[in-house]
Amino acid sequence: MQFMLLFSRQGKLRLQKWYVPLSDKEKKKITRELVQTVLARKPKMCSFLEWRDLKVVYKRYASLYFCCAIEDQDNELITLEIIHRYVELLDKYFGSVCELDIIFNFEKAYFILDEFLLGGEAQETSKKTVLKAIEQADLLQENIDFQMRLFAGTVCKTP
Amino acid sequence: MPAVSKGDGMRGLAVFISDIRNCKSKEAEVKRINKELANIRSKFKGDKALDGYSKKKYVCKLLFIFLLGHDIDFGHMEAVNLLSSNKYTEKQIGYLFISVLVNSNSDLIRLINNGLKNDLNSRNPTFMNLALHCIANVGSREMAEAFASQIPSILVAGDTMDSVKQSAALCLLRLNRTCPDLVPMGEWTARVVHLLNDQHLGVVTSATSLITTLAQKSPEDFKTSIALAVARLSRIVTSASIDLQDYTYYFVAAPWLSVKLLRLLQCYTPPEDAALRSRLTECLETILNKAQEPPKSKKVQHSNAKNAVLFEAIALIIHYDSEPTLLVRACNQLGQFLQHRETNLRYLALESMCTLASSEFSHEAVKTHIDTVINALKTERDVSVRQRAVDLLYAMCDRSNSKQIVAEMLSYLENADYSIREEIVLKVAILAEKYAVDYTWYVDTILNLIRMAGDYVSEEVWYRVIQIVINRDDVQGYAAKTVFEALQAPACHENLVKVGGYILGEFGNLIAGDSRSSPLVQFDLLHSKFHLCSVPTRALLLSAYIKFINLFPEVKATIQEVLRSDSQLRNADVELQQRAIEYLRLSCIASTDILATVLEEMPPFPERESSILAKLKRKKGPGNVPDIDDARWNVNGNGNAEQSESAEGTNKFSPSLMADLLPTNRPRPASSSPTMLSAGTMGSAHPFTDLLNLNSSPSAGASLLVDVLSDSSTPASADVSEENFSRFVCKNNGVIFENQLLQIGLKSEYRQNLGRIYVFFGNKTSAQFLSFSSSVTSSDTLKTQLNVHTKPVDPTVEGGAQLQQILNIECLSDFTDAPVLDIQFRYGGALQNIAVKLPVMLNKFFQPTEMASQDFFQRWKQLGVPQQEVQTIFKAKHPMDTDVTNAKILGFGVALLDGVDPSPANFVGAGVIHTKNTQVGCLLRLEPNTQALMYRLTLRTSRESVSQRLCDLLSDQF
Repeated sequence: MQFMLLFSRQGKLRLQKWYVPLSDKEKKKITRELVQTVLARKPKMCSFLEWRDLKVVYKRYASLYFCCAIEDQDNELITLEIIHRYVELLDKYFGSVCELDIIFNFEKAYFILDEFLLGGEAQETSKKTVLKAIEQADLLQENIDFQMRLFAGTVCKTP
Repeated sequence: MPAVSKGDGMRGLAVFISDIRNCKSKEAEVKRINKELANIRSKFKGDKALDGYSKKKYVCKLLFIFLLGHDIDFGHMEAVNLLSSNKYTEKQIGYLFISVLVNSNSDLIRLINNGLKNDLNSRNPTFMNLALHCIANVGSREMAEAFASQIPSILVAGDTMDSVKQSAALCLLRLNRTCPDLVPMGEWTARVVHLLNDQHLGVVTSATSLITTLAQKSPEDFKTSIALAVARLSRIVTSASIDLQDYTYYFVAAPWLSVKLLRLLQCYTPPEDAALRSRLTECLETILNKAQEPPKSKKVQHSNAKNAVLFEAIALIIHYDSEPTLLVRACNQLGQFLQHRETNLRYLALESMCTLASSEFSHEAVKTHIDTVINALKTERDVSVRQRAVDLLYAMCDRSNSKQIVAEMLSYLENADYSIREEIVLKVAILAEKYAVDYTWYVDTILNLIRMAGDYVSEEVWYRVIQIVINRDDVQGYAAKTVFEALQAPACHENLVKVGGYILGEFGNLIAGDSRSSPLVQFDLLHSKFHLCSVPTRALLLSAYIKFINLFPEVKATIQEVLRSDSQLRNADVELQQRAIEYLRLSCIASTDILATVLEEMPPFPERESSILAKLKRKKGPGNVPDIDDARWNVNGNGNAEQSESAEGTNKFSPSLMADLLPTNRPRPASSSPTMLSAGTMGSAHPFTDLLNLNSSPSAGASLLVDVLSDSSTPASADVSEENFSRFVCKNNGVIFENQLLQIGLKSEYRQNLGRIYVFFGNKTSAQFLSFSSSVTSSDTLKTQLNVHTKPVDPTVEGGAQLQQILNIECLSDFTDAPVLDIQFRYGGALQNIAVKLPVMLNKFFQPTEMASQDFFQRWKQLGVPQQEVQTIFKAKHPMDTDVTNAKILGFGVALLDGVDPSPANFVGAGVIHTKNTQVGCLLRLEPNTQALMYRLTLRTSRESVSQRLCDLLSDQF
């Protein structure tokens, strides 16, 4: 996968994740073009389209569009389900997720995505495991002593 | 405010976000942001040291501002500071900021790398994961340099936590994509492959992606992954849907992993091991069977996941392209999807079938769905689906259905979306040419294209129709009649005027007998369009007029009148003005003979790949033009050339394709005709054979003339082609050379020190080769070692014909060089020069010698002097297959001695080289090392030069 974008029906970008190196200018241009293209499509049209030399897979959930750009060899249907699994993860974490959750807790949305996808590939597809990792991280708020207790037996060299 | 505030809420951040959302206008938002930026800047610069929480909050605000689309030029340092915080959430925000806003500021990179290093070494899995995620997200060269050697060891260490392994695998994948040179895999390869056996399916999922990426770059190193991947896949597809617990997704067992494993297998050819191969076939069959089972859930997620695996399995089946039953089953399955109610499935089925159409096993099966696909073209509401239908029709087109498909595409064109019209035009033009049996159909089709979608008919398309009409005299009369009729329409597209002008200028005489299309009528018709056309078209029409003066003396006065008018002679456009003046003068001063010579009909164009096809490739990328076999492509479209495998490889990116990619302004024959000389002596600056050259400016004209003249008088010396030379070491027959014009095949036989080669010259074009000659040259040394007698050949080779030449060879003494076959001929006026290295090698004069083990070792010992032995160790270039090696050694000319070598894996051979002067006995031994993929070859002969030469020849073959 080359990148993933989340944007609203009004075309506001809510999350962007790039797995290929691009300049900010290019990213903005791609985002603008793609948001326009996807928003112009009618409901019931197919979820895939050719765009430049990439394949775009998108799906709308309530007011949000989830949109992934994959390469020629990549599997469209499994990408569609990557989107769905990510939505499920957000839903489970926030408890019936809505656009506002992602706006106000955008950093969490990024953390959850990193646990699920890394380098554009599925890292962990088990919902339980991903959520466990995130919730564990949420518990790790406090200081080093706490962590020492949690990982008893491991030495933490962080100053 | 959202109800959720897990982890630690940052109140200040939430307030700021609310403020932004409440802004009524863009200006208000910018104002609020600038206020916040000023606030943060002052906090960062302030005297009071900020606590970690505030730092995190401000960095997070900056991140939010950046993600809104504003530029951020400070705060990086504070973010880097957060990396060394003890608090997880502070560290996490620091990493997030860096991942999103990475800056190649070198000071910071060093600090960031330092933070990463601490966390990687912390042995705290959560921190390690944060660092690995950051490296994977940024993937910069600096990070690769710092960590590429450390991450593999984290990945394969026994005590690494599963989640860290997963991050490490994908982190390596990312670094490998950005800087493959920095990721050393060698020693880790086996252990990384072994991760496919890991108990944790998450680890396997990540590792499979990594291995796929690595295997694409160095397939040999990761070949062992095939067996593991098949085993894993087989366990997944045969498992009950609940076996894999949380890795089961809507009743589908591990769909992501299955897709990845199938993808990994596509890096390779089918497994060689029969048991493995049948296990994989079973898997693929099971996946196909499951598609027929009733769904376990009505949810779209269930069917998507299931079909994702199915499509990937079909992709693998197509990739292998070796199992006819599976291919046909795949095709039938896709056929069902073509009528599915889910648009997504219809889209994918069309896409996938496109590749199936190019397999010989499934092409016919795909064709049975033609009506459904045509229906899709007419009824699909989504343009991207219709586009797929067009692609599939193009891919499934062959001689049997070309008329129907071209007709359907033409009728679709009238209502087609603007975005895909040009591509459809190209496709129609290509199919019409490729499958034209009757060229009147071709001409009609292209004229229809211009009529219906003139704006989308690119220059390549109309150039091509002219090239073809000029090269085929059976269609010229029809073409002239048809364009004449088409031009009658009150409004016709300018492209039609161009084609019409060119064709009538060349072939108007063919229809001039009919009073309805008499010369004057033709001229009036063309000239009625003149004033509506652009300058380039007018220039072309002026050239057509001067051609008319030659063809039809009776309209000379009329045309001269037109040329003489002020609107021509004083035209503001310099090109038009010059043409008018020059053509007028030419028509006044030149005698009929000279005029006839100068304005002679265009010579045929050289056969080469269609420029239209080149254009489509450029549009779609070379990989995406399905199933047009380049080797079979030529102007005649007669598909005669079922060429050898070598032709395809060389033709695909041949120079002529490159030439076509360069801007050509009009279809221009590569050659000049002999009339050039007379044009030159007339003292004109214009190359008159190239009269219609739209782009000739006075200055360019002269140099062009020089180029063309020198081109035809002194042919460029050709490089000696030796690309197929080494293929003939172990065989005697085959194609030694091939280009667009000529194919050279060889059949050779040798006995003792004598040999005979039958050389076959195949003219691939439809035109004659003239002044054909073929001779053999040898270096001075070689002349003393090898006699070659050539029989002269007929100087003319008809289009499509084959000419045979016999070479007699005598080997006088051992030799190293090879003789060169020089071929010269004239094609369309241009002299062609081809030189081919003849595969006459020393080993051709072998006589095999059978001998018993005892004799062999006795002789082996006799040849024990160091100079008599030559040994080389080399890496295998081809799969190490015993049967193939056997065949090659036999083909080399020696006897293969069984049971001589104590190790059955080794090959031992013996033979005698016959020359006129002496005979040289030769023993050879080849020891394969299948683990290292290396060979050791040892040769012993009584003569050092012979040992060396034979060793060089043979070691190149494995």
